[in-house]
Amino acid sequence: MGSTNSTLSKIPNVEELMQETGFTPAHIVRLYDRFEALDKEKTGHLRPQDFGAINRLAMNPIGDRIIGAFFSPGQETVDFHSFVRILAHFRPADKKRPKDPSMPEPVNSRTSKLKYPPLVFSLISVAFQLYDQDKDGKISRAELLQVLRSMLEMQVTEEQLESIADRTIQEADLDKDDAISFEEFRKSLEKVNIDHKMSIRFLR
Amino acid sequence: MPAFSCAFPGCRRDLLVIVLVVFVGIGLPIEASAPAYQSHGTEGSHLTNITNTKKAFPVLAVNYEHVRKPFEIALWILLALLMKLGFHLIPRLSAVVPESCLLIVVGLLVGGLIKVIGEEPPVLDSQLFFLCLLPPIILDAGYFLPIRPFTENVGTILVFAVIGTLWNAFFMGGLLYALCQIESVGLSGVDLLACLLFGSIVSAVDPVAVLAVFEEIHINELVHILVFGESLLNDAVTVVLYNLFEEFSKVGTVTVLDVFLGVVCFFVVSLGGVLVGAIYGFLAAFTSRFTSHTRVIEPLFVFLYSYMAYLSSEMFHLSGIMALIACGVVMRPYVEANISHKSYTTIKYFLKMWSSVSETLIFIFLGVSTVAGPHAWNWTFVITTVILCLVSRVLGVIGLTFIINKFRIVKLTKKDQFIVAYGGLRGAIAFSLGYLLSNSHQMRNLFLTAIITVIFFTVFVQGMTIRPLVELLAVKKKKESKPSINEEIHTEFLDHLLTGVEGVCGHYGHYHWKEKLNRFNKTYVKRWLIAGENFKEPELIAFYRKMELKQAIMMVESGQLPSVLPSTISMQNIQPRAIPRVSKKREEEIRRILRANLQNNKQKMRSRSYSRHTLFDADEEDNVSEVRLRKTKMEMERRVSVMERRVSVMEREGRCDGEGGSV
Repeated sequence: MGSTNSTLSKIPNVEELMQETGFTPAHIVRLYDRFEALDKEKTGHLRPQDFGAINRLAMNPIGDRIIGAFFSPGQETVDFHSFVRILAHFRPADKKRPKDPSMPEPVNSRTSKLKYPPLVFSLISVAFQLYDQDKDGKISRAELLQVLRSMLEMQVTEEQLESIADRTIQEADLDKDDAISFEEFRKSLEKVNIDHKMSIRFLR
Repeated sequence: MPAFSCAFPGCRRDLLVIVLVVFVGIGLPIEASAPAYQSHGTEGSHLTNITNTKKAFPVLAVNYEHVRKPFEIALWILLALLMKLGFHLIPRLSAVVPESCLLIVVGLLVGGLIKVIGEEPPVLDSQLFFLCLLPPIILDAGYFLPIRPFTENVGTILVFAVIGTLWNAFFMGGLLYALCQIESVGLSGVDLLACLLFGSIVSAVDPVAVLAVFEEIHINELVHILVFGESLLNDAVTVVLYNLFEEFSKVGTVTVLDVFLGVVCFFVVSLGGVLVGAIYGFLAAFTSRFTSHTRVIEPLFVFLYSYMAYLSSEMFHLSGIMALIACGVVMRPYVEANISHKSYTTIKYFLKMWSSVSETLIFIFLGVSTVAGPHAWNWTFVITTVILCLVSRVLGVIGLTFIINKFRIVKLTKKDQFIVAYGGLRGAIAFSLGYLLSNSHQMRNLFLTAIITVIFFTVFVQGMTIRPLVELLAVKKKKESKPSINEEIHTEFLDHLLTGVEGVCGHYGHYHWKEKLNRFNKTYVKRWLIAGENFKEPELIAFYRKMELKQAIMMVESGQLPSVLPSTISMQNIQPRAIPRVSKKREEEIRRILRANLQNNKQKMRSRSYSRHTLFDADEEDNVSEVRLRKTKMEMERRVSVMERRVSVMEREGRCDGEGGSV
């Protein structure tokens, strides 16, 4: 398609991006259009305010965390490449894609030490990172409290929140360090059908 | 393990036979000689007619006609339940043969006995079936329908239900017509419309049979909800096709307009049914808002509104089953927020009880009707029907899955497809629809015979072999899961996350609409339907509160918290006012009791979830004992440490209260 190609040619290093994330040209174009729509001042970068302008994100209880996920620590802006890379985490891993051994492994098929299907690993690890704001690899009681507070939106007393947080940690915490590690987090979600959650067809 | 123990090895079997004989023996002579007694009861004749010869005052008189109908009904139900009891006393039988088969066999025996005596065995009256026996089962299924898997797979379920049933009906009807054209079969009188009518009756998967068989095999949630959902939703298709072909076969011709009207009718029937159900559901929810002072009648509202929904939609020839399901699904979240815990248990108990009785009666009557019904046997027709049923089902499932898998994220594997195809059982609904055919259809008896054969084949052969096949193919079984606050919180978190990502992409997808619906529900609907201030309570809190409440009840029941009442907010915040000093000996004793309890529960355990036979999941009971043990240990440790702290504080202050040791 002519317009696709012309849009693609505007993006630097688009081939590398597609290889890395596994998005098709059509996806990249759609994301690029969205990126441009968000980037009102046409600087080629997105700032937190641009994300904040999205109404749906503003209404979302954890909207600010999601926005924060796009910006690596220390960075004030996010360019198109990082934008696409982050969104690639929410893509179901496509088993049919031919794996070119010379190319580096795509972003979301990290089959590292955990023998878990890549797509699930991705979503859970993103969720864990959003819980764990101080990046110490554990969800502490305070972090859990923060998340609960933002999800429950002032409709409960502090006491109730604390007891829920206590109960949650008590249930999940197997090594009794009063915090939830990634393994414990993953274990507590093993009964949940995560596969079904990956239904953002936009990104398939 | 049955509580009943016996000295002799064959004793249980003998008892069973005796019970059967006694009841049949009592019931039948009374039925047979019923007309012999006349109903009087007018002693007034003595006063008005003094010229009558004086009879001796009847000290004891038998008046059977007076109680005949209720007596018979009660007797049949009692027989059904005793049979059910009997099966579970015979140890290995219930593990091999599904209950439905055994009940049909009993029905056959009873029907045979009645015929031998010379009476006319009762047939499964269609009105009785559709108005009394079917609704409890469907309501039980609808009220406890697992919403999440259902809505996640609703597209697939609808495709199977609508397109699958249509395919089955036309495929079978068409091929049977082709068969009838062959001279040697001798059925050349059967026209296309009659065949299509027959096809539409026999093509629908039956919810009663599916429930009865699938309950015992603990298949994984996905396959279970697919087959079960299909059996519920294909009612609309069956109703439309049945009425359509019945009308047409009277007239004899079909025009394009008729077909078009048929399609419109389908939408009206299904959506209309759902609408009627939803309206009654909202009414029930609204009513439950005001029942805080009359808790005793709360369950009745649930039952009556649902039954009214069913009857109302049947009145308009809409799909009663879909109305019932819609009613149950709509009213459940609001009603449960309003009613008391006891009412909830009552509703659960009564629904399971009634649906159990209904199911048992249906299968027994199927057996009896087989003996009773007029039969017309034609080898070719019947055998072909059975084969075609299987073939069309398999082809349909494979073909549809091929198309559906293109749209699904979690694809259906070959094993899943096999179970879905093999689990397509036919049951009493097909029989009743066949029975409803007016006698003007000259093929009625043949059709009935064929339907019964298909039902027998699916229930007996498929029902009995599905369990070993599931084991053989190592199909994924149901995962046991206890309610976990972690799951609730993290699932909600993931939902928010994915909604947010959809927002970033600018995509109006699945999560967006779900979020919108939730918001609408919270701001407008809950305000009207939930009593008091509860409507503001987020679901997470309600869930947490229920969990804590359950635990508190268990702990009090196990006797671990004699005088200390837990606050409703948290178990952790218990103020230890009167701490009994728990000596080591007592602790050991308590531990022993708890462990015994745990073993007891394990013995009673049969892990089922959409189960007819247990009220609480056995896992829950098991989990409860486990949690009990853990919590109690924790509590005791905490109390001991608090005690020690207190003692040390008191020692430091130089006082010596006797407070430390009240037992």
